[in-house]
Amino acid sequence: MYTKVILVKDTDLKREDKTREFYTRLLDYLREASLHEQIQVVRVADIGVYEQGLVVKVLPDKVTYINVQDEDVKKIVDAALSDGKIIEDLVFKPKAKQCRIVLRNCGKIDPESIEDYISSGGYLALKKVLGELGQQKLIDEIKISGIRGRGGAGYPTWMKWNFAREMNSAEKFVICNADEGDPGAYMDRSVLEGDPHSVIEGLIIAAFAIGASKGYFYIRAEYPLAVERIQKAIKQAYDYGLLGNNILGSPFNLDIDIRLGAGAFVCGEETALISSIEGKRGTPHPRPPYPSVKGLWGKPTVINNVETLANIPVIIAKGGKWFAQIGTQTSKGTKVFAVTGKVKNSGLVEIAMGATLREIVMDICGGTLSGKPIKAVQTGGPSGGVIPENLLDTPVDYENLQKLGSIMGSGGMIVMDEDDCMVDIPKFYLGFCVEESCGKCAPCRIGGFQMLGYLKKISEGRGIPEDLGQLRRIAQSMQKASLCGLGQTASNPVLSTLKYFEDEYNEHILNKRCPAGKCSSLITYSIIEDKCKRCGICFTNCPVKAISGGKEEGYSVIQDKCIKCGRCFDVCKFKAINKK
Amino acid sequence: MAKIIKAKINGILLRVEEGTTILEAAKRVQIKIPTLCKHPDLPPSASCGICIVKNRGSHKMLRSCCTPLDEGMDIVTHDPEIVEIRRTVIELILSNHPNDCLKCARNNQCELQELTADFGIKEESFPQFLRDLPIDTSTRAVDLDPKKCILCGRCVHVCQELQDVWALSFLERGMKTRISPAGDIQLADSPCVKCGQCSAHCPTGAFVEQDHTAQAWKGLQDPDKYCVVQIAPAVRVSIGEAFGYTGKNFTKKLYALLRRLGFHAVFDTSFAADVTIMEEASEFEERLLHGNRPLPLITSCCPSWVDFMEKFYPDMIEHFSSCKSPHEILGVLSKTYYAEKNKIDPSKIFMVSIMPCTSKKYEITRNDEMSASGFQDIDAVLCTRELVRMIKQAGIDFDSLPDEECDSILGEYAGAGVIFGSTGGVMEAALRTAHYFVTGRELKNVKFESVRGLKGVKETEIEIDGKKLRIAIAHGLGNVEYILNKVRDAKLNNKEMPYHFIEVMACPGGCVGGGGQPYMVTDELRIKRAQALYEDDDQKQVRCSHQNPYIKRIYKEFLGKPLSEKSEKLLHTNYKARPVYVK
Repeated sequence: MYTKVILVKDTDLKREDKTREFYTRLLDYLREASLHEQIQVVRVADIGVYEQGLVVKVLPDKVTYINVQDEDVKKIVDAALSDGKIIEDLVFKPKAKQCRIVLRNCGKIDPESIEDYISSGGYLALKKVLGELGQQKLIDEIKISGIRGRGGAGYPTWMKWNFAREMNSAEKFVICNADEGDPGAYMDRSVLEGDPHSVIEGLIIAAFAIGASKGYFYIRAEYPLAVERIQKAIKQAYDYGLLGNNILGSPFNLDIDIRLGAGAFVCGEETALISSIEGKRGTPHPRPPYPSVKGLWGKPTVINNVETLANIPVIIAKGGKWFAQIGTQTSKGTKVFAVTGKVKNSGLVEIAMGATLREIVMDICGGTLSGKPIKAVQTGGPSGGVIPENLLDTPVDYENLQKLGSIMGSGGMIVMDEDDCMVDIPKFYLGFCVEESCGKCAPCRIGGFQMLGYLKKISEGRGIPEDLGQLRRIAQSMQKASLCGLGQTASNPVLSTLKYFEDEYNEHILNKRCPAGKCSSLITYSIIEDKCKRCGICFTNCPVKAISGGKEEGYSVIQDKCIKCGRCFDVCKFKAINKK
Repeated sequence: MAKIIKAKINGILLRVEEGTTILEAAKRVQIKIPTLCKHPDLPPSASCGICIVKNRGSHKMLRSCCTPLDEGMDIVTHDPEIVEIRRTVIELILSNHPNDCLKCARNNQCELQELTADFGIKEESFPQFLRDLPIDTSTRAVDLDPKKCILCGRCVHVCQELQDVWALSFLERGMKTRISPAGDIQLADSPCVKCGQCSAHCPTGAFVEQDHTAQAWKGLQDPDKYCVVQIAPAVRVSIGEAFGYTGKNFTKKLYALLRRLGFHAVFDTSFAADVTIMEEASEFEERLLHGNRPLPLITSCCPSWVDFMEKFYPDMIEHFSSCKSPHEILGVLSKTYYAEKNKIDPSKIFMVSIMPCTSKKYEITRNDEMSASGFQDIDAVLCTRELVRMIKQAGIDFDSLPDEECDSILGEYAGAGVIFGSTGGVMEAALRTAHYFVTGRELKNVKFESVRGLKGVKETEIEIDGKKLRIAIAHGLGNVEYILNKVRDAKLNNKEMPYHFIEVMACPGGCVGGGGQPYMVTDELRIKRAQALYEDDDQKQVRCSHQNPYIKRIYKEFLGKPLSEKSEKLLHTNYKARPVYVK
């Protein structure tokens, strides 16, 4: 019977992976000391710490040692077997701490095993809800916790539930919104794939809270593994009497089905999602009536995001008060972010609300990969805004991000360095929203399209100063007159970059220059004769034969032919290509 | 009792019933909030984004078309910011619209054009973007030009919810979104029944009636042609709207007008409606007393309804009256009876119907029986809106036109004939005559109030000779399902039939609310138009079709009796099941 587990991973990417070597060494030592039946050694693919040499993690003590050397083997084993002794000079002390509530089980339990989930305390919350709490106390507890919807808008969860509970209707529904669509975001997917039962438990509790007897998972079809895991988990839950009739012996009944989203971003908007489940075109509808009053098939319906639901069992198990201690005044608990972009360690980060953007980006994720300074961080996906480097000390919560012209959103976070152009970035995001606009309402449909036209014009060097006024004018009408969140927020990337980086727009417009060197129409490549060694590598690599000349007479770029792909710039070993 | 909400709009305190939208509430304090997508007939689709207002204290703007006024709200409907946003949205819409108003059928009658003028927009401030989409003229009744569509969704709502036809839907998304039948097929291959309600509700020129005025002018200017015209009951009470009159009957002015346009003979479809009643009431009598064909009898004078039935309820064919629609009857009688009597070569007769309807444009070539005279019985159909254009083109001063009478033998109508234009009218007219046919006695009171009015489904019982007849009336095809499902259910389970007689009109309100009628119809207007028809009926000496001396004469001289061989040949048609989707 193992009492301890030691995880091993070489986190230094710059050298050959030494994990196997160290693993063998450790095993040999354990066998020699006859401890191999007491301590299990596991090689892992990711240990959550990066570029710290050989990293060893001792479980269940949760002690992590970094930059471990071969001779440390004995020390580590001794410490592991001792009663709480820690090797101070090796122990890993993270600068900023992640706080894992939503991701509590991810990577720890077998997501396909309900037994694993139960043995880690799963479904106890449901038992408590059905057994002692009852509807009112349950909603009270959620109210005390202060949890707000993690889908983006941050509406208090207890209020949603309460509205639906107060509705007098024989039929009610709960829906788990798993139509995660922000580019680069995969928080919900990770939870669905890594800990499906926590979401199911949350959904069952939500159903009980409002008196629903039918629930749906609305999962985008692009998440086949998530669908598979949820399917399995639902079946297991039925087998264990956690779904179906008389759940855990109580009079409460609930059936859960899965509906697949066909890939429309707007179907993450709750009224469009409802239309989609009803088999209609996925377009938003005016609210009120809110779904909690009149939702799916016209019945009271609560729609909660995956992350919200994954929080629910913990809140019930540990109490609303406990949860409310975490976070800020207005935003309680944690938030999972999918940090991507120019960051060194991209991945999922779960922090207590109130941690600063700088802590997330610099301390947890290790700053930029290029080593260049951070220029800005984009939160909230295509509906969010760009936050400049000087505001990175802002504590993350719903209100603060909104004040900066961004939003919490579902948790996408993209880090940008000075190679990112602040006209190009909003162009990308707006392009996404224009593509994904359902086309129902005029301000979003046409406004987004027109704004994109102006951005293209500016990035191609055809902009005029008046264009910025037009952009602001359309943005305002989109924000105020669009029907749903997609249209209301689609202009955020443009407005926030206009707010913080207007200079960069003006560079494009007035000087026809892209400071980040991103907008291809505004870049010229040329060969610096002094530096050119006439090796011809640019000549052979140019995909469009836009470099002329030869080893004798030297090379030059034919500007008319050049497609600004940057290949010559990348392959030149002598920095003889000028990009400006 | 609905809860009463107290709130302010532009500082004016008002009380409204709970659930009243801000847009509606604002009207009560004399404020018109502009909108392009909300139509009084339809639930809000909230797609144009122009009706936004502010609630003081909130940074969000609300769409007044779909937001109910709430207790304590303090609504601002117009301020510089709101007006600026509305203007921007209108300009955005214009950037995706051809703006070729001069060449548009809706010129001067377009809601977008009106708003553009109201907002003083004089230039296109955003770059134009238009997709090159073809015009669909396949139905021969209503044309769809998707380029002019602003995607307000009215037509889709009308087609799906009000009419239950589902010919129209949104296709694609984002800037590519457009209106089309599902599967991107042509309208003629879709479930479309050509009712034209899309065109009556469209705020722009995306849906317009197929224009046949050129054809009509050509006929009128052809010296070889003998031009005959008929006007439908519902046209006389709506045409005035183009000249500033509502709910007024212009029958006699229209007769004068049509002569001035150059028609040689002016007839009235109401006369043919009397013929329809003679035939239909006889059919009813046959079915009721002799049981040779099953009850209920279902009326067939609406071609959209016929098309709908053939597509969606072919199992009801045996219940359908085989009687043609009145204008077809008048067409065939003109080219036979009238031609014979006046020794006119029927091949020279050019027959035009002025109708409140787009569907009749399709009906005239529906099947071979529409050429029962040996020629196409009707040569052209103009809807009310087209006639208005012809009046203006001819430079006729409508207001000062004198009254004239229509031409003899196919013109004089009984009161029963003219109420055809309103929902319940055919039923009422038929009951007046059926009563006589069944009992041999005349009615003392010819008014059947219970079949009148705008309730979607009207069910009532009427006693004839001690026998209680169960009657159902539906208008707006969306109301048909309820009635016909009851009939289907009875048929399937061999139960007693729920009804003896059913009237259906495709358009809400019946023909007064027809798809070819003047724009911006509301229930209020439908009631006024219908009222004017009922007044015409009230003022008539002869109220029942069988009492009309001209009807007696035509049967005596030409047709014999109702359902005679000749009547069957000329006045009746048959039906066949049609596929909902052609391909």
